Amino acid sequence: MSTIAAAPATSRVSIRRARVLGIVFMALGFAAAWWFGFGSESGLDSTFGLNSRSSEVDLPPLALPSRETALLLAAICVFLGAIQLTRGFGKQANLILGVAVGCFILAFLVWAARDDSLNMVGMLQSTLLRSVPITLGALSGLLCERSGVINIAIEGMMLTAAFMGAIVGSAAGSTWVGLILAVLAGGLLGALLAVLSIRYRVDQIVGGTVINILALGLTSYLSAQILARYQNLNSPGRFPVIEIPLLSDIPIIGPMLFANNLFIYLMFILVIGINIALFRSRWGLRVRAVGEHPKAADTVGIKVLGVRYRNVILGGMVAGLAGAYFTLGSVGRFDENMTGGRGFIALAAMIFGRWNPIGAFGAALVFGFADSLQNTLAILQVPIASEFLLMAPYIATILVVAGVVGRARPPAADGQLYIKE
Amino acid sequence: MKIELKGITKRFPGVIANKDVDLIVNGGEVHALLGENGAGKSTLMNVLYGLYEPTEGEVLVNGEPVTFKSPGDAIDSAIGMVHQHFMLVPVFTVTENVMLGVEPTQNFGLLDKRKARARLVELSERFGLKVDPDAMVEDLPVGVEQRVEILKALYRKADCLILDEPTAVLTPAEIDDLFEVIETLKAAGVSIIFISHKLKEVMAVADRITVLRRGEVVGSTTPNETNEQQLAEMMVGRSVQLTVDVEQAQPGEKILEVTDLEVLDDRMHRTVKGVSFEVRSGEILAIAGVQGNGQTELIEGITGMRAVETGTVTLDGKDVTGSSSKRLFEMGMAHVPEDRQEDGLVTSFPIKDNLILNTYQNAPYSKGIVMNRDAIDAGADKLVKEYDVRTPSIEVNAAALSGGNQQKVIVAREFSHSNNLLIASQPTRGLDVGSIQYIHGQIVAKRNEGAAVIIVSSELDEILALGDRIAVMYDGKIIGVLDRSEATRERCGMLMAGLSGEGVVRQSATETSAVAEDERPPPPASSAEEETTS
Repeated sequence: MSTIAAAPATSRVSIRRARVLGIVFMALGFAAAWWFGFGSESGLDSTFGLNSRSSEVDLPPLALPSRETALLLAAICVFLGAIQLTRGFGKQANLILGVAVGCFILAFLVWAARDDSLNMVGMLQSTLLRSVPITLGALSGLLCERSGVINIAIEGMMLTAAFMGAIVGSAAGSTWVGLILAVLAGGLLGALLAVLSIRYRVDQIVGGTVINILALGLTSYLSAQILARYQNLNSPGRFPVIEIPLLSDIPIIGPMLFANNLFIYLMFILVIGINIALFRSRWGLRVRAVGEHPKAADTVGIKVLGVRYRNVILGGMVAGLAGAYFTLGSVGRFDENMTGGRGFIALAAMIFGRWNPIGAFGAALVFGFADSLQNTLAILQVPIASEFLLMAPYIATILVVAGVVGRARPPAADGQLYIKE
Repeated sequence: MKIELKGITKRFPGVIANKDVDLIVNGGEVHALLGENGAGKSTLMNVLYGLYEPTEGEVLVNGEPVTFKSPGDAIDSAIGMVHQHFMLVPVFTVTENVMLGVEPTQNFGLLDKRKARARLVELSERFGLKVDPDAMVEDLPVGVEQRVEILKALYRKADCLILDEPTAVLTPAEIDDLFEVIETLKAAGVSIIFISHKLKEVMAVADRITVLRRGEVVGSTTPNETNEQQLAEMMVGRSVQLTVDVEQAQPGEKILEVTDLEVLDDRMHRTVKGVSFEVRSGEILAIAGVQGNGQTELIEGITGMRAVETGTVTLDGKDVTGSSSKRLFEMGMAHVPEDRQEDGLVTSFPIKDNLILNTYQNAPYSKGIVMNRDAIDAGADKLVKEYDVRTPSIEVNAAALSGGNQQKVIVAREFSHSNNLLIASQPTRGLDVGSIQYIHGQIVAKRNEGAAVIIVSSELDEILALGDRIAVMYDGKIIGVLDRSEATRERCGMLMAGLSGEGVVRQSATETSAVAEDERPPPPASSAEEETTS
């Protein structure tokens, strides 16, 4: 991947970009007004439920007049566009872009739920759950890439770990044993990737692809041979929901954030922990140095290859955790190719999040939201093919990678061999 | 701190890089290690710094034998190194770069940046190395990056500092600053090993000079006991003429005209900001400037290797702005690119194929879609002889040749046609003295045949020796054009540092005219065309 630097603030490019953004805001506003405002008949209400299954406090549902609400949201977009075109938001432009897109999506939801009801909390809850494997996968990717090794094998690591979690968890009768073995399996594949790409200098993309194919073939074969025959080896059970006292009683956010199983809490701990470790600790400084300029790291006595081995194995273990979520945290059994490309979406989330744990989590939430939105809309029977909605996050990723919304800049030595002379 | 290298031999497969080298560096001494490129200076220092393990011999620090398995060991013994290519992480701050590897930490391994920063500030004040500890390294000019490298070594309590070709990327003014820093360090008792192939600098800064040639020590001396001529002979192994003889230029008609050219670099920054000049037949325009002031992009823009934003390039009266390299070649342009391994050669191809990269589709090398191997071999044999490429065979891959011979292959390919325009970027970078002389001779010969010539170089000596007119680039613009008769080291140096104010330049020219007389290349047609005699 090539190094792309941010354009200077005063260049023609950024002025053009500011104008384009302003026009985009306006366009979003007018589109929202046309489709979602005038698209819904006047006098209808959109009802948003604010309760989740487990909450004890009963909140009344929020009923909004469809047309007026959509028009209001559209007006906000147009207003933001007008300010961007006349005065400009400067550095806040990307944030404002988020706000405008958010308004557009809300207007869309208002329109989709006209004369109907939609459970807001349920949708956000499922957004969070769907983002868990993507976040963990992205963390795995960025642990590797920050040290300069491209990990395209997240998918294969997740799939293998999911399988291990299911079969070992069932055999041992303990989800904990399953989880540990799943993490170890991920770490083992990480070690394989590390040996291939560092010791044997196999092209990292090729090495990763090989692991993906291997994992898919192996787990499919074994699940057909073993799990299909011995059903009892495919029922590891799931980690129970842990409700955190007091916090889980807060309306709306309580059930969303504080009534989940182990994986969600682990995800939050890892996102914050890796963020601090990467940017505030000695370990992180050295990892980033190795990923940016391995030779410089070597000349100050840092063991470049050691750092890479450690990080890739660590990354594999985090991918293993992501895989275990499928069997032990979510579904409760293994299905063939059950990760369904989430490992690749995780890579996209890592890039979207600019190789930054918090950013990757945010990106994963966007993907998770698109995923859950598509589900919700299928229930509401919105006349838009769900495939188009599912495409939205990928389009967003392409726009980010192409540099439309700011620039994503990978670690400079990402994917490069380090050969000591 | 006293450092001794005793009988160091370093063998690589098929090559002896250092052979039985002895070197003693005393505390508080500036010891210059002089030698041509490939003489083994860097290898020797990499041995001392723990990057290579010596095949034979030992290293003694303060009389104690030591074994360095890695740079970490050398750092522990208070040896620091400033590499020729700086070892800094561009996206880290100065403080982060300096602390990397020896980070002070608080609980849980969290960085104590405040502590590191305080120590950095203290060091930078003590040794007069001004730098903003919070600046991103990628935003700093090279001179400041070098200061960061020195601070990095001092932060590790280095008592011996190895400076590998420290002046290669600096402006004359920055070089003066560096020499002041070296004096301060010396006064504080730090020993310095100063690696260079530039005689003037070594004479100016060193207490003791050791000359290396082909991996062996040729001799050791002090600046008082020797002179540049003598050092050059030690370095090369035979007597050398340090300047090129160039007859008076006889400019003819206008060949190339560049008007208001603007070019963007890879990062989409405007690095050539409206450059205009013309070159006539039979003259050499030398473009001087510190690296990174737009020379690379300017030449790439003219030669069709990079898109031009605005402005025009006119060759022989035809607008060739944005023309392909191929069309320009067909119109008579020869181009020796700056990066010979990346742009000048296909290093994995044999010499004979590299010699026809621009003519492979023409007779006699091709007939229709079939290549004529016999003609290619015959042509290659002839060129290799004519241009003195030292190679066992034309089948040898270009990658296996020395830098000088690689450059000769390019020169053979480009110069063996009738050219009306010749553009050479950094034509002698990294070459040995013999090759430099040869290539300079070829360039001057082309000029005398009536070609318009553009030379880009960051070596002031080369600029002054070859240029009939000298254009100095600074920050993407040509800020001054000097005739051969008015060009001096000082005036060029001022312009290279961006001091274009006419008054400033004039004044310095009069003040330093006495010195300048000596340093200017000999007046045209003074002595005969002897090159090297022994």
